[in-house]
Amino acid sequence: MKKESDEMGLELRGLKKILGGRVIIDDLDLRVEQGEMISLLGPSGCGKTTTLRMIAGFLTADAGQIMLAGKDVTQLGPDKRPSAMVFQNYALWPHMSAAKNVAYPLKIKGLSKVEINEKVEAALELVKLLHHKDSRPGQISGGEQQRVALARALVQEPDVLLLDEPLSNLDAKLREKVREDIRELQRRLGITTVIVTHDQEEALSISDRVAVMNSGRIEQFSSPQDLYRHPATEYVATFIGSLNRFEGELVDGQIRSGEGIVGIRPEDLVIAQNYIEGSHQGTVELVIPRGHFYEIVVRRHDGLFRAFMNENVPALGESVHVGIKKSLRYHNGKLVA
Amino acid sequence: MKRVSIGRVAINIGILILAFFILGPIVWLAVHAFASDWKYPNLYPSGISFHWWSKVFLDSALATAIRNSLIISPIVVVISMIICLPAAYAAGRLNYPGRKTFMVGIFSANSFPKIGLFAAIATLYYALNLMGTFLGVVIVQLLGTIIYMTWIPAAAFAAVPRNLEEAARDAGASKFRVFRTITLRLAMPGILVAIVMSFLASFDEAQGSYLVGAPSIYTMPTEMYSLVQNYPIQVAAVFSILLAIPSVLLLSLARKHIMGGQLAEGFQLK
Repeated sequence: MKKESDEMGLELRGLKKILGGRVIIDDLDLRVEQGEMISLLGPSGCGKTTTLRMIAGFLTADAGQIMLAGKDVTQLGPDKRPSAMVFQNYALWPHMSAAKNVAYPLKIKGLSKVEINEKVEAALELVKLLHHKDSRPGQISGGEQQRVALARALVQEPDVLLLDEPLSNLDAKLREKVREDIRELQRRLGITTVIVTHDQEEALSISDRVAVMNSGRIEQFSSPQDLYRHPATEYVATFIGSLNRFEGELVDGQIRSGEGIVGIRPEDLVIAQNYIEGSHQGTVELVIPRGHFYEIVVRRHDGLFRAFMNENVPALGESVHVGIKKSLRYHNGKLVA
Repeated sequence: MKRVSIGRVAINIGILILAFFILGPIVWLAVHAFASDWKYPNLYPSGISFHWWSKVFLDSALATAIRNSLIISPIVVVISMIICLPAAYAAGRLNYPGRKTFMVGIFSANSFPKIGLFAAIATLYYALNLMGTFLGVVIVQLLGTIIYMTWIPAAAFAAVPRNLEEAARDAGASKFRVFRTITLRLAMPGILVAIVMSFLASFDEAQGSYLVGAPSIYTMPTEMYSLVQNYPIQVAAVFSILLAIPSVLLLSLARKHIMGGQLAEGFQLK
């Protein structure tokens, strides 16, 4: 699985897809480094699943080029592509045991029985499911089914691993653990991985980089930190995390009517009992306990401000000062430096 | 509490009445088949005897009918599979214009009294010299199996989740291999049901087979006509039991394969 470092793990060039007369994907470019784990993040209908299915080969691109590990696969069927996919509902074959499911791709490659056995056991060992090798998918839990599906994908030694909403069918507790397991495995194997998800927390916590998608285009493709601290578009700013969004301009620490949008992250607000530089007075309208922090909403003369606090939480109706440490400015949806 | 028990009693009575109506005639047949004689004033049969069984097996006309049935029905089922299963796959999986019309057409052809159809076929058969031939009987019985061999497998093919096939393609399987190892395997319970239903439809078919086959080709059901008129009632009883054996056998076999084990699991997908 060693690749030259200057080679891209996955590259999409000018990808386009029209389904039922509607442009689903429009001129999409994406370059993923070898060994990198990225997420395609967006609401349903943004085209992220369509993109994944085009990479896997289940859909043919209407225009553009798909390169996997430096090889042009645009014209190849899914069986000829060096990619392996883990489906949202795992898509295990119910009439085969876990071991038979994992062995299936190897049988097609024509490996010997001994080799197949070795590889299947190694793959099931990797996902810690060797004890379930003779169980059928109907006899094991959803989390275990997913691990079988992962083993079936990894045993193919693909150049690119594709995961379609890998955590959406698991309950909340299990989700975090599986997320960490997948990430750990991916790092260890150094396998280029693309995850499709609509869950921003999942995307931000698991990926090296996240591509935020909106109506068939990539709005921004950056590291999770960058995405949050420097959202390139208004769409990304509102989609990722919480944002106090105002129409107008920020002048002397206040929102004034004007062109554009002002966005302020809750943690960029300072709430104080007394005046601090650039702050303005307001009244606490809401205090919501959120476990280890509080969410509070303050009404100022220029609008509602939502902030997070840990200590010195003011009471409802109390008068406080709200200062703005940092803000984002957008004009026509784009970030203004 | 009381209401529940009253309901249960009512259900049990209902089951008993149902069982009487279903099992009563079968018991009556069985008794007649094994009794030397059982006539009105006597409460019990006058003795157990295999006399009527030997009479059936030694009668050359009856033996020929049994042989014909056991040869014709499997042939009909195999031909039906060859013709109908590809059509069922197309109807279940592909979307082509006229697909619905085709399926409803097959269905509606079966909703008219068949005797009219058979009369028309008979005139055609005279022209084609198929009257009283083996092939003629096979074709007539084939017609009755088409509805089972298209509708049930079509539903089974349609029910195979697409992403199970996609997963196989992704794993490197060719389209044909996917069909052979995934699609066909998962549609198998439906196909088995269709095979059983078609076999029984062919095996029990009497109207058309009689009209087209008699007097040169008799199957078990068509032989029943002359049996009831020309033989003692006990011979008909024996013959009825023989006629029921393949149905019972097939249904119990199919039940084991369809209800139990991995094939049933195939449809417990989320």
